[in-house]
Amino acid sequence: MVDQTAVGREFTSVTARVEPGRLRFFLDTLGEANPVYRDETAARAAGFSAAPVPPTYLFCLEMMDATVPFEFLTALDIDLGRVLHGEQRFDYRAPVVVGDVLTFKPRVTGVTDKKGGAMTLIVIETEVTNHAGVHVADLSRTVVVRNARPS
Amino acid sequence: MSATSPAVGDRLVHKEFPPITRHRLALYCGASGDHNPIHVDIDFAKQAGFPDVFTHGMLVMGYLGQALTDAVAPSRIRSFSTRFAAITQLGARLTCEGMVTELIEQGGEMRAKIALTTKDQNGEVKLAGEAVIAV
Repeated sequence: MVDQTAVGREFTSVTARVEPGRLRFFLDTLGEANPVYRDETAARAAGFSAAPVPPTYLFCLEMMDATVPFEFLTALDIDLGRVLHGEQRFDYRAPVVVGDVLTFKPRVTGVTDKKGGAMTLIVIETEVTNHAGVHVADLSRTVVVRNARPS
Repeated sequence: MSATSPAVGDRLVHKEFPPITRHRLALYCGASGDHNPIHVDIDFAKQAGFPDVFTHGMLVMGYLGQALTDAVAPSRIRSFSTRFAAITQLGARLTCEGMVTELIEQGGEMRAKIALTTKDQNGEVKLAGEAVIAV
Protein backbone atom coordinates (compact mmCIF):
# COMPACT_ATOMS: atom_id res chain seq x y z
CA MET A 1 0.00 0.00 0.00
CA VAL A 2 1.19 3.51 -0.78
CA ASP A 3 2.22 5.43 2.35
CA GLN A 4 3.63 8.81 3.37
CA THR A 5 7.09 7.93 2.09
CA ALA A 6 5.72 8.58 -1.42
CA VAL A 7 5.16 12.29 -0.65
CA GLY A 8 7.71 14.41 -2.48
CA ARG A 9 8.41 11.73 -5.04
CA GLU A 10 9.00 13.17 -8.51
CA PHE A 11 8.37 11.46 -11.82
CA THR A 12 9.94 11.82 -15.24
CA SER A 13 9.24 15.19 -16.88
CA VAL A 14 7.09 15.09 -20.00
CA THR A 15 7.68 17.33 -23.01
CA ALA A 16 4.67 17.79 -25.28
CA ARG A 17 4.04 19.92 -28.35
CA VAL A 18 0.55 21.32 -28.97
CA GLU A 19 -0.04 19.88 -32.43
CA PRO A 20 -3.03 21.07 -34.49
CA GLY A 21 -3.94 17.61 -35.84
CA ARG A 22 -4.01 15.94 -32.45
CA LEU A 23 -5.93 18.89 -31.03
CA ARG A 24 -8.53 18.63 -33.82
CA PHE A 25 -9.03 14.91 -33.02
CA PHE A 26 -9.76 15.88 -29.40
CA LEU A 27 -12.17 18.67 -30.46
CA ASP A 28 -13.99 16.32 -32.86
CA THR A 29 -14.25 13.62 -30.19
CA LEU A 30 -15.96 16.02 -27.80
CA GLY A 31 -18.10 17.63 -30.50
CA GLU A 32 -16.40 20.93 -29.68
CA ALA A 33 -17.46 23.44 -32.35
CA ASN A 34 -16.38 26.70 -30.69
CA PRO A 35 -14.49 28.59 -33.45
CA VAL A 36 -11.95 29.98 -30.95
CA TYR A 37 -10.31 26.52 -30.85
CA ARG A 38 -10.50 25.87 -34.59
CA ASP A 39 -10.14 29.14 -36.47
CA GLU A 40 -7.02 31.28 -36.17
CA THR A 41 -8.93 34.46 -36.93
CA ALA A 42 -11.42 33.76 -34.14
CA ALA A 43 -8.54 32.90 -31.81
CA ARG A 44 -6.78 36.20 -32.59
CA ALA A 45 -10.02 38.13 -32.11
CA ALA A 46 -10.24 36.50 -28.67
CA GLY A 47 -6.76 37.78 -27.82
CA PHE A 48 -4.64 34.67 -28.50
CA SER A 49 -1.57 34.46 -30.75
CA ALA A 50 -2.88 31.13 -32.16
CA ALA A 51 -5.69 28.69 -31.32
CA PRO A 52 -5.79 28.05 -27.56
CA VAL A 53 -6.29 24.61 -26.03
CA PRO A 54 -9.58 23.71 -24.27
CA PRO A 55 -9.59 23.79 -20.45
CA THR A 56 -8.82 20.11 -19.82
CA TYR A 57 -6.39 19.48 -22.69
CA LEU A 58 -3.23 19.94 -20.60
CA PHE A 59 -4.11 16.74 -18.78
CA CYS A 60 -4.23 14.92 -22.13
CA LEU A 61 -0.94 16.33 -23.43
CA GLU A 62 0.89 15.05 -20.37
CA MET A 63 -0.52 11.54 -20.88
CA MET A 64 -0.02 11.49 -24.66
CA ASP A 65 3.66 12.25 -24.60
CA ALA A 66 4.70 10.46 -21.43
CA THR A 67 7.60 8.16 -22.28
CA VAL A 68 6.48 5.85 -19.46
CA PRO A 69 2.64 5.66 -19.51
CA PHE A 70 1.11 5.63 -16.02
CA GLU A 71 4.61 5.89 -14.54
CA PHE A 72 3.27 6.94 -11.12
CA LEU A 73 1.30 3.70 -10.91
CA THR A 74 4.20 1.40 -11.70
CA ALA A 75 6.58 3.49 -9.57
CA LEU A 76 4.23 3.23 -6.57
CA ASP A 77 3.28 -0.39 -7.34
CA ILE A 78 -0.42 0.33 -7.93
CA ASP A 79 -2.61 -1.85 -10.17
CA LEU A 80 -4.17 0.17 -13.00
CA GLY A 81 -7.50 -1.66 -12.53
CA ARG A 82 -7.74 -0.35 -8.95
CA VAL A 83 -7.56 3.39 -9.60
CA LEU A 84 -10.29 5.94 -10.11
CA HIS A 85 -9.98 9.66 -10.73
CA GLY A 86 -11.14 11.45 -7.57
CA GLU A 87 -10.56 15.13 -8.27
CA GLN A 88 -8.92 17.32 -10.87
CA ARG A 89 -7.88 20.95 -10.74
CA PHE A 90 -6.35 23.34 -13.27
CA ASP A 91 -4.87 26.75 -12.42
CA TYR A 92 -4.21 28.78 -15.55
CA ARG A 93 -1.40 31.35 -15.40
CA ALA A 94 -0.69 32.15 -19.06
CA PRO A 95 -2.17 31.18 -22.46
CA VAL A 96 -1.33 27.82 -24.07
CA VAL A 97 -1.72 27.78 -27.85
CA VAL A 98 -1.03 25.60 -30.89
CA GLY A 99 2.73 25.40 -31.49
CA ASP A 100 3.74 25.66 -27.84
CA VAL A 101 6.14 23.11 -26.44
CA LEU A 102 5.33 22.35 -22.83
CA THR A 103 7.20 20.67 -20.02
CA PHE A 104 5.22 18.86 -17.31
CA LYS A 105 6.85 18.15 -13.94
CA PRO A 106 4.73 15.83 -11.78
CA ARG A 107 5.31 15.07 -8.10
CA VAL A 108 3.36 13.49 -5.24
CA THR A 109 2.15 16.06 -2.72
CA GLY A 110 -0.23 14.02 -0.59
CA VAL A 111 -1.15 10.51 0.50
CA THR A 112 -4.25 9.98 2.69
CA ASP A 113 -5.90 6.77 3.81
CA LYS A 114 -9.71 6.68 3.83
CA LYS A 115 -12.33 4.30 5.21
CA GLY A 116 -9.90 2.45 7.46
CA GLY A 117 -7.45 1.81 4.66
CA ALA A 118 -10.04 0.61 2.13
CA MET A 119 -9.03 3.55 -0.08
CA THR A 120 -5.91 5.67 -0.46
CA LEU A 121 -6.04 9.13 -1.99
CA ILE A 122 -2.88 10.23 -3.78
CA VAL A 123 -2.44 13.84 -4.88
CA ILE A 124 -0.11 14.52 -7.81
CA GLU A 125 0.69 18.12 -8.67
CA THR A 126 2.19 19.02 -12.01
CA GLU A 127 3.84 22.31 -12.91
CA VAL A 128 3.63 23.22 -16.59
CA THR A 129 6.07 25.59 -18.30
CA ASN A 130 6.36 26.53 -21.98
CA HIS A 131 9.35 26.74 -24.34
CA ALA A 132 9.97 30.36 -23.28
CA GLY A 133 10.23 29.28 -19.65
CA VAL A 134 6.85 30.81 -18.72
CA HIS A 135 5.00 28.99 -15.96
CA VAL A 136 1.65 28.53 -17.77
CA ALA A 137 -0.38 26.27 -15.48
CA ASP A 138 -0.55 23.97 -12.51
CA LEU A 139 -2.48 20.70 -12.48
CA SER A 140 -3.57 18.79 -9.43
CA ARG A 141 -4.89 15.26 -9.77
CA THR A 142 -6.32 13.19 -6.93
CA VAL A 143 -6.22 9.47 -7.61
CA VAL A 144 -8.36 7.06 -5.60
CA VAL A 145 -6.81 3.63 -5.07
CA ARG A 146 -9.27 0.88 -4.13
CA ASN A 147 -7.04 -1.22 -1.89
CA ALA A 148 -7.23 -5.01 -1.85
CA ARG A 149 -9.01 -6.38 1.20
CA PRO A 150 -6.68 -8.34 3.43
CA SER A 151 -7.61 -12.03 3.22
CA MET B 1 -17.58 42.27 -20.13
CA SER B 2 -18.40 45.27 -17.92
CA ALA B 3 -21.79 45.83 -19.56
CA THR B 4 -22.77 42.23 -18.94
CA SER B 5 -20.99 41.56 -15.65
CA PRO B 6 -22.46 38.47 -14.07
CA ALA B 7 -24.39 38.72 -10.83
CA VAL B 8 -24.62 36.20 -8.03
CA GLY B 9 -27.35 33.71 -8.93
CA ASP B 10 -26.91 34.04 -12.70
CA ARG B 11 -27.20 30.68 -14.45
CA LEU B 12 -24.33 31.29 -16.80
CA VAL B 13 -23.64 27.76 -18.02
CA HIS B 14 -26.06 25.24 -19.52
CA LYS B 15 -25.38 22.58 -22.12
CA GLU B 16 -26.65 19.10 -22.90
CA PHE B 17 -24.63 16.36 -24.56
CA PRO B 18 -25.54 13.26 -26.61
CA PRO B 19 -25.64 9.84 -24.89
CA ILE B 20 -22.25 8.29 -24.06
CA THR B 21 -21.48 5.46 -26.50
CA ARG B 22 -18.73 2.83 -26.61
CA HIS B 23 -17.55 4.48 -29.80
CA ARG B 24 -17.12 7.82 -28.00
CA LEU B 25 -15.07 6.14 -25.28
CA ALA B 26 -12.82 4.52 -27.90
CA LEU B 27 -12.32 7.86 -29.65
CA TYR B 28 -11.59 9.59 -26.34
CA CYS B 29 -9.05 6.89 -25.46
CA GLY B 30 -7.09 7.81 -28.59
CA ALA B 31 -7.70 11.55 -28.58
CA SER B 32 -6.82 12.08 -24.92
CA GLY B 33 -3.86 9.74 -24.60
CA ASP B 34 -5.60 8.00 -21.69
CA HIS B 35 -5.22 4.38 -22.77
CA ASN B 36 -6.47 2.83 -19.53
CA PRO B 37 -8.29 -0.28 -20.86
CA ILE B 38 -10.93 -0.01 -18.12
CA HIS B 39 -12.81 2.47 -20.37
CA VAL B 40 -12.79 0.43 -23.58
CA ASP B 41 -12.08 -3.25 -22.84
CA ILE B 42 -15.03 -4.99 -21.16
CA ASP B 43 -12.88 -8.00 -20.19
CA PHE B 44 -10.47 -5.76 -18.31
CA ALA B 45 -13.34 -3.83 -16.67
CA LYS B 46 -14.98 -7.05 -15.45
CA GLN B 47 -11.73 -8.36 -14.09
CA ALA B 48 -11.39 -5.12 -12.12
CA GLY B 49 -14.84 -5.72 -10.60
CA PHE B 50 -17.01 -3.47 -12.79
CA PRO B 51 -20.06 -4.70 -14.73
CA ASP B 52 -18.97 -2.91 -17.92
CA VAL B 53 -16.63 -0.24 -19.22
CA PHE B 54 -17.40 3.28 -18.00
CA THR B 55 -16.70 6.85 -19.05
CA HIS B 56 -13.35 8.55 -18.48
CA GLY B 57 -13.86 11.17 -15.78
CA MET B 58 -11.84 13.55 -17.94
CA LEU B 59 -14.22 13.10 -20.89
CA VAL B 60 -17.03 14.30 -18.62
CA MET B 61 -14.83 17.16 -17.38
CA GLY B 62 -14.07 17.92 -21.04
CA TYR B 63 -17.81 18.34 -21.64
CA LEU B 64 -18.08 20.55 -18.56
CA GLY B 65 -15.17 22.65 -19.85
CA GLN B 66 -16.92 22.94 -23.21
CA ALA B 67 -20.12 24.12 -21.54
CA LEU B 68 -18.03 26.63 -19.56
CA THR B 69 -16.20 28.12 -22.56
CA ASP B 70 -19.45 28.34 -24.53
CA ALA B 71 -20.44 30.91 -21.92
CA VAL B 72 -17.10 32.40 -20.86
CA ALA B 73 -14.16 33.31 -23.12
CA PRO B 74 -11.25 30.89 -22.49
CA SER B 75 -8.90 33.79 -21.71
CA ARG B 76 -11.06 34.68 -18.68
CA ILE B 77 -10.80 31.34 -16.94
CA ARG B 78 -8.39 31.42 -14.00
CA SER B 79 -9.06 28.01 -12.52
CA PHE B 80 -11.28 25.01 -13.15
CA SER B 81 -11.66 22.12 -10.76
CA THR B 82 -13.99 19.26 -10.08
CA ARG B 83 -14.66 16.27 -7.89
CA PHE B 84 -15.71 13.08 -9.67
CA ALA B 85 -18.70 12.20 -7.53
CA ALA B 86 -19.94 9.09 -9.34
CA ILE B 87 -19.03 6.87 -12.28
CA THR B 88 -20.69 7.89 -15.56
CA GLN B 89 -22.25 4.85 -17.22
CA LEU B 90 -22.68 4.06 -20.89
CA GLY B 91 -25.78 5.70 -22.32
CA ALA B 92 -25.65 8.60 -19.86
CA ARG B 93 -27.15 11.81 -21.21
CA LEU B 94 -25.22 14.56 -19.47
CA THR B 95 -26.28 18.09 -18.66
CA CYS B 96 -23.70 20.62 -17.52
CA GLU B 97 -24.74 23.67 -15.53
CA GLY B 98 -23.06 26.55 -13.77
CA MET B 99 -24.25 29.33 -11.51
CA VAL B 100 -22.40 32.38 -10.20
CA THR B 101 -22.01 32.03 -6.44
CA GLU B 102 -19.67 34.85 -5.47
CA LEU B 103 -17.90 37.93 -6.80
CA ILE B 104 -14.43 38.48 -5.38
CA GLU B 105 -11.41 40.72 -5.84
CA GLN B 106 -8.37 38.57 -6.37
CA GLY B 107 -5.06 38.89 -8.21
CA GLY B 108 -5.74 42.57 -8.90
CA GLU B 109 -8.99 41.97 -10.79
CA MET B 110 -12.69 41.25 -10.21
CA ARG B 111 -13.50 37.59 -10.45
CA ALA B 112 -16.59 35.42 -10.21
CA LYS B 113 -16.86 31.94 -8.77
CA ILE B 114 -19.10 29.60 -10.69
CA ALA B 115 -20.45 26.43 -9.10
CA LEU B 116 -20.52 23.73 -11.78
CA THR B 117 -22.35 20.43 -11.96
CA THR B 118 -22.73 17.63 -14.45
CA LYS B 119 -25.77 15.41 -13.97
CA ASP B 120 -27.08 12.44 -15.91
CA GLN B 121 -30.65 11.96 -17.18
CA ASN B 122 -31.72 10.75 -13.71
CA GLY B 123 -30.41 13.88 -12.04
CA GLU B 124 -27.51 12.04 -10.43
CA VAL B 125 -24.52 14.34 -9.89
CA LYS B 126 -21.45 13.01 -11.68
CA LEU B 127 -19.19 16.03 -11.35
CA ALA B 128 -19.32 18.84 -8.81
CA GLY B 129 -16.84 21.58 -9.51
CA GLU B 130 -15.95 25.23 -9.60
CA ALA B 131 -14.47 27.72 -12.00
CA VAL B 132 -13.03 31.12 -11.17
CA ILE B 133 -13.30 33.62 -14.03
CA ALA B 134 -12.24 37.21 -14.56
CA VAL B 135 -15.23 39.51 -15.07
